[in-house]
Amino acid sequence: MSGHDHDHGHPHDADAHAPIEEGGGPVTWDEVLEAALRELCIEKGVFSGTQVMQALESMDARRPEDGARLVARFWTDPDFRRLALENGKAAAETGGIDMTGAPDLVFLENTPQVHHVVVCTLCSCYPKAVLGIPPAWYKSKAYRARVVREPRAVLKEFGTVLPKSVDVRVADSTAELRFLVVPLRPAGTEGLSLEQLAALVTRDSMVGVTQALSPSP
Amino acid sequence: MSAGHPAFQVGQRVRVLTRQPTGHFRTPGYVRGRVGVVQHLTGAYLNAETLAHGGDGRPPLMMYRVQFQQPALWPDYAGPATDTLVVDIYEHWLEPAPGDPQPPQQEPRP
Repeated sequence: MSGHDHDHGHPHDADAHAPIEEGGGPVTWDEVLEAALRELCIEKGVFSGTQVMQALESMDARRPEDGARLVARFWTDPDFRRLALENGKAAAETGGIDMTGAPDLVFLENTPQVHHVVVCTLCSCYPKAVLGIPPAWYKSKAYRARVVREPRAVLKEFGTVLPKSVDVRVADSTAELRFLVVPLRPAGTEGLSLEQLAALVTRDSMVGVTQALSPSP
Repeated sequence: MSAGHPAFQVGQRVRVLTRQPTGHFRTPGYVRGRVGVVQHLTGAYLNAETLAHGGDGRPPLMMYRVQFQQPALWPDYAGPATDTLVVDIYEHWLEPAPGDPQPPQQEPRP
């Protein structure tokens, strides 16, 4: 034993002194492979450690608020909407997002008749350029397997219940494109500014598991 | 197979092939053998199947957004029969739906 005193009033599993480690479990095969490949590439001069850090920081800097601004503009600017439906990547760039090296982007516009929900059943494709890092549930096997099979049951767990008259349309992102859902513009938002509209557009509503928020009265 | 001559058109019924190749591919198992409708011509993209194995992905392949009625994927689907699913499928994974008229031959062989 480490000499750790067990009589100070909390269960050992929640050891407050334990270092916080990502994942917590043992190092996986994939993590070993990633580290080996990264170190080899740095050693051989394919890229530098600094470039790896910069790429990670650039990815970390992207936020769902970026996508929300695009959605607010989509709702309010007919020219932007037209461009977004025609060439999503160009629209995102117009909206001030650096899409260099990013896959093509497709805006899926929800209507009163169609509600889109996005998944990647093969891996975890996600519009990172406009939403940042995906939430853990998006990458989970349970979400990926279930949302194609029983989308309404999954949506209900997110608190989203849609009438039967609405086509719940699952978009499985398997290839070279990433899907961004444009949720329905909530009622009572006519007078709102772009910033106020964007604040109603949550990450989950752009994945399609929820609706946009309603403005507080 | 070039982008200028897509083999399938919007509105056409197509079936996803039931191939089981080894290596990398982007066609989910649950749509294989299923019949859907071409919703959108996505464009031409480098072939991920060869790119993943050190190739250059050329020639690019036409890709199609195919829309399926959920009950065509899951016969016991619990929701309304009007619910749908869309997925982008490379051209070489598609064939005209069986029983549908074949598209006209582009050029007779000499």
